[in-house]
Amino acid sequence: MAYSNKVIDHYEHPRNVGSLDKNAEDVGTGLVGAPACGDVMKLQLRINDDGIIEDAKFKTFGCGSAIASSSLVTEMVKGKTVEYALSINNSIIAEELKLPPVKIHCSVLAEDAIKAAIADFKKKKASRAAATAE
Amino acid sequence: MALKLPIYLDNHATTKVDPKVLDAMLPYLTEVFGNAGSRNHSFGWSAQEGVERAREQVADLIGADPKEIVFTSGATESDNLAIFGVAHFYKEKGKHLVTQVTEHKAVLDACHALEKEGFEITWLPVDKEGMVNPADVRAAIRPDTILVSIMWANNEVGTIQDIAAIGAICREKGVFFHSDAVQGIGKLPFDVAKMNVDMVSISAHKMYGPKGIGALYVRRGRPRLRLEPTMFGGGQERGLRSGTHAVHQIVGLGAACAVAKEAMAAGEADRLRALRDRLWNGLQANLDELYLNGSWEHRLPGNLNVSLAFCEGEAMMMAIKELAVSSGSACTSASLEPSYVLRAMGVDVELAHTSIRFGIGRFTTEEEVDFAIQLVTEKVRWLREMSPLYEMVKEGIDIKSIEWAAH
Repeated sequence: MAYSNKVIDHYEHPRNVGSLDKNAEDVGTGLVGAPACGDVMKLQLRINDDGIIEDAKFKTFGCGSAIASSSLVTEMVKGKTVEYALSINNSIIAEELKLPPVKIHCSVLAEDAIKAAIADFKKKKASRAAATAE
Repeated sequence: MALKLPIYLDNHATTKVDPKVLDAMLPYLTEVFGNAGSRNHSFGWSAQEGVERAREQVADLIGADPKEIVFTSGATESDNLAIFGVAHFYKEKGKHLVTQVTEHKAVLDACHALEKEGFEITWLPVDKEGMVNPADVRAAIRPDTILVSIMWANNEVGTIQDIAAIGAICREKGVFFHSDAVQGIGKLPFDVAKMNVDMVSISAHKMYGPKGIGALYVRRGRPRLRLEPTMFGGGQERGLRSGTHAVHQIVGLGAACAVAKEAMAAGEADRLRALRDRLWNGLQANLDELYLNGSWEHRLPGNLNVSLAFCEGEAMMMAIKELAVSSGSACTSASLEPSYVLRAMGVDVELAHTSIRFGIGRFTTEEEVDFAIQLVTEKVRWLREMSPLYEMVKEGIDIKSIEWAAH
């Protein structure tokens, strides 16, 4: 596969690989993809009370562009608001990495991972609020 | 001595031309450039001598008569000539053929094309090691069966079929038998009489000869086997394959066969097997969750096909770019489907995505294998560190219990 230098850079030097405590109240975890399809992304975001993403970590099983897409989004969302993170769509990622057409699904997966992580965070927050109300 | 990088470990895809083969070929591009079909001058005669010597060398390697060797452009053409040749010549007798699911695309797609012409194909399954059961071949043969085509050694997993047994069944049933033997010829002994074959496809570039040249062994004698040509023109190769002889290529194929025969006698297969075992043992000593694909017992000496669980194949190949290998991962194919060979063997689709094929060859050294062990070990660990699946397994989560959203 002929990849752009940016994909190769993110693949060879992935940013923010690792895990956050998935049980922590301020951490949202998104796990998307499927092993049978050849790619699984786990994206974790630590979000403070002001809705700022303080930290982002990923682990990805998948091809070079899947790893590069997840590495890129951790860089894009760190220090940014939840609203901004939700505005990132796959075409921004695909364009930034100059993904070949057959690899567009990797950028879709990365977008899904952001949305899933934030949804998980919001779910946790809502159930905590419900528990406090009781 | 410093290692020269990258290291070539893809000898099932193609091989480097042996220097002895190149030496044999070169004069046929310079002094002996005649058309082997020119019967009236020495340029033609010399070229023809080269072609006929090569024919003897090919025949000698497989225990055939030189008259039984038809030169073609390669194994794809040999497979097509065998399959279409029999089907079109014997279509009045019957329109049923038998093959199996892990054949090379040259056989599979030729059979698919015949289906469109109204022929019926039985696609035999393989077991988890990639083996065809000869009893299945027997059961599949019908009164209207005209051809059975089963490969000798598989190009992905190196599984070696029991050609002699399958051939004996075909003989008994009076059905012609073709075998695509390109991966095994020149690596392991092959005798057409012992193997009970009627047609055998051979390729030069899989055995340290040049690309663009191959041969089809077509048995002579009774019962008579006739083929309808797929190429028409000047009537070369007894009308079976028209087209000016590619003399230098043919000489290269002949020389490759002669060199292979010597190499086999000198124990090349044992040397390759030892290197392959060294690679496999080395990886297993360093890493867990490795899964061998194919049969250990019935396997090409230079083949190691292994699933490196939790490391997607294309990512793996990018990580070990100092090694030229190939993968059955979807991401390395245009279709986005993982290897049909591995799937047919019942390999988990997850594991199929992580398969890597190492092809050890004549020019592979022990130092190169040791380098490969070290590099693969290091990069598998690196990719697993990055893999959410490996993390989950280490936490004791059963990945199969999760409801993944297919995409």
